[in-house]
Amino acid sequence: MATAAITTERENYLNKEYGIRSWLLTTDHKRIALLYLASITFFFFIGGFFALLIRLELLTPAGDLVQADTYNKLFSMHGQVMIFFFLIPSIPAVLGNFLVPLMIGAKDLAFPRINLLSWYLYIIAGTIYLHCIVTGGVDTGWTFYTPFSTAFSNTRVIEAGISIFIAGFSSILTGLNFVVTIHRMRAPGMTWSRLPLFIWAMYATSIIQLLGTPVLAITLLLVVFERAFNLGIFDPTRGGDPLLFQHLFWFYSHPAVYIMILPAMAVESEVVACFTRKRIFGYNFVAMSSIAIAVFGFLVWAHHMFVAGISLYSALVFSILSYLVAVPSAIKVFNWTATMYKGSISFTTPMLYAFGFIGLFTMGGLTGLFLACLGIDVHVHDTYFVIAHFHYIMVGGAVMGYLGGLHFWWPKISGRMYPEAWGRLAALLVFVGFNLTFFPQFILGYMGMPRRYWQYPPEFQVLNVLSTAGSTILAIGYVLPMVYFLWSMRYGKIASDNPWGAAGLEWKTSSPPPTFNFEEEPEVTWEAYNYEQIPAPAEVNVER
Amino acid sequence: MLSDSPIAVEQHGPELLHHFVDAEQQRDAASLGMWLFLATEVMFFGGMFCAYLIYRYWYYNEFAAGSRSLDIYLGTINTAVLICSSLTVALGVRAAQMGKRKLLVILLLLTIVFGFAFLGIKGVEWYDKYKEHHIPGNSFNVDDLVKDYPQIHIDPRHEQIYFSLYFAMTGLHALHMIIGVGIFIFLTYYAWKGRYTPKYYTPVEMGGLYWHFVDIVWIYLFPLLYLIDRKPLR
Amino acid sequence: MSEHIMSSKFYYTIWIALLCLTVITAAVSFVDLGPLNTVVALVIATIKALLVVLFFMHVKYTSEKLTKIVIVSAIFWLFLLLALSMADYATRLLS
Repeated sequence: MATAAITTERENYLNKEYGIRSWLLTTDHKRIALLYLASITFFFFIGGFFALLIRLELLTPAGDLVQADTYNKLFSMHGQVMIFFFLIPSIPAVLGNFLVPLMIGAKDLAFPRINLLSWYLYIIAGTIYLHCIVTGGVDTGWTFYTPFSTAFSNTRVIEAGISIFIAGFSSILTGLNFVVTIHRMRAPGMTWSRLPLFIWAMYATSIIQLLGTPVLAITLLLVVFERAFNLGIFDPTRGGDPLLFQHLFWFYSHPAVYIMILPAMAVESEVVACFTRKRIFGYNFVAMSSIAIAVFGFLVWAHHMFVAGISLYSALVFSILSYLVAVPSAIKVFNWTATMYKGSISFTTPMLYAFGFIGLFTMGGLTGLFLACLGIDVHVHDTYFVIAHFHYIMVGGAVMGYLGGLHFWWPKISGRMYPEAWGRLAALLVFVGFNLTFFPQFILGYMGMPRRYWQYPPEFQVLNVLSTAGSTILAIGYVLPMVYFLWSMRYGKIASDNPWGAAGLEWKTSSPPPTFNFEEEPEVTWEAYNYEQIPAPAEVNVER
Repeated sequence: MLSDSPIAVEQHGPELLHHFVDAEQQRDAASLGMWLFLATEVMFFGGMFCAYLIYRYWYYNEFAAGSRSLDIYLGTINTAVLICSSLTVALGVRAAQMGKRKLLVILLLLTIVFGFAFLGIKGVEWYDKYKEHHIPGNSFNVDDLVKDYPQIHIDPRHEQIYFSLYFAMTGLHALHMIIGVGIFIFLTYYAWKGRYTPKYYTPVEMGGLYWHFVDIVWIYLFPLLYLIDRKPLR
Repeated sequence: MSEHIMSSKFYYTIWIALLCLTVITAAVSFVDLGPLNTVVALVIATIKALLVVLFFMHVKYTSEKLTKIVIVSAIFWLFLLLALSMADYATRLLS
């Protein structure tokens, strides 16, 4: 459709230099974002493969596809790969890396070489984890609970621990880069109150990465030492406390879920504003709520330990705090919804994902409140109710946010439009497939089906079959974008600078941007989301 | 690009990286970056301080006995060594600010010497623990402590937790010292080459912040590990 | 970072103070103050740490408010970890 125009293409970050060295030694935040995109997509399929095997096993009540020990490894590695090698990096390392400098008018992040180091640490960690998978895997549950992980498991716990330890440093360095960049490198006129809400949410995410991940690091190190040197820090027969491990582990791992959801909320703000052509309702509230989520998120971790043996009084405190942490998230949902009121809504692919996000995140969040209630948690802890709850947030929320963001910024990243019809179809498949996969799990959990079990009573089979059927639809929904994004890089319509007519500095430079982002340093004299000044797009394709 | 033009290159030295607007922005970014990194280190060590807090609360007697078995003189001397090294670091940054290259190199070298002294003394202490069979693992044996303190009940399993934390905390601290010494070797080399001037001494400053932080960790480790209970026994 | 260059005498003074506090804290540990021993030891350690942070690390003389916010946040977050964890252990036997 536009092949003749390619020979007169402007110089941009993609065509400035060719060759593998120019990619593997790049310090350009946009290229690093693409390096991450490729890597996390790879691990997404590894994690998805484990999920597929889990769902295949659960088609029948008997344990007949894999052995019990193998099943333990499947759900453990599914969790670890998806969380540490896909979800935690996803939006920050791909969209954040690409967009943060562009959105604030900077030429790059504050520390470009550390950014590249961050990717290499991720790759090293990922390679070690792959080796772990093929040499026996991990069967401790993604949570590495002691003393099983330290004293009894016969799997590659040390290797997995070291791998995730290194991945943690990748995450810390990304967060550090973002905080310094946002504080120090905003273009003239880009005051805090003019920042896109995407930046506020990424900033909040980075705070969590900086303050929480080191605790995971030291905890994994202690597990490695305990296992390697036969210590007794977490061994109850030697005076150790397994709950100490859980306190330290969840001090990070609860805020980690906010590392996963805040960036999706970041995307949500940008997409909703653009496709309702309105300023986000209650900008200050949304910005402050991001910070509040980051702070409150550190105060609730022991709600994962209600039935583990913590004191009743601390359980009460953590329960109350867990209710409070829902408030800022709710504020954001109300504000996005209020933005849509009397807005001029377009049902583009990103907006479809945004709608999906609001509904599914709300369901996931509300079911979190069920779990925060001590009495209910006693009943549904360690059942499929919990699994459904967190998949609603992490998949229905975070992954849909990621996909929505990828579609929204794809023209900027690649200079091409993805095919809109296929985009909408994939979004629909993802939404239908997701709900079919995970809604039955709420019911299963409430009925009492435990998690991490390889076989189950026959009365649970119908719901399990529905869930597995849903997962195949979901899988197709995920594969489609991979195919058409790749297709679009060669055959997609060439994108203009601002095909969506969106607000934001990133849309004021070319698609794709030049290596140093802007021809001239921008000077900002307008408020964020100034949609009353931006004409709605008449044409999305512009030939060069 | 404005910063690529020949005139612009002349206006700033080769140390100014292209994505920064000016030297001040670069220095402010470096400073904030280092402080944030130190914040992550506070949480990193903090996890072990949490473990220490819980187990000292549970096993005070064993912690006290273990603490007494450490050499308070070596510990105090080591604390003094690190304090001296912080002095040489602070004076070194000052020398860089004033453009005194030779003085800077001497102070950086002195800092490295103090660093090695600390590590050497730590090595001696650990060797003592090895001889006394206080290193956790298969040859761990605290019969000597049980004998020395008949008035309190010492459970060897709990005593092992104290020593596990002792080695984990001092080990992690020593690793940070080694990294610090490595950084300072680089700084000394570049200082000797004349790279640091009153206009540009950021690496020295940042290295100094890191070194001071490692000193502060020890300032807390010393009383928590060595001074739990040194009261004369009845 | 502030360009204010301190005199070397200033640094030597802080150094002497730190050394004295070290000797004091070691000596006091031999005196029976009951539960106050721990408090005194931690107070002295905190004074030493403050001397290093404020003077050797120049935080007292920096015009950069963000530095102080970062330091306070780090300490506060550590305190959160310690306090909320201890809240569990300290109240376990109460029920």
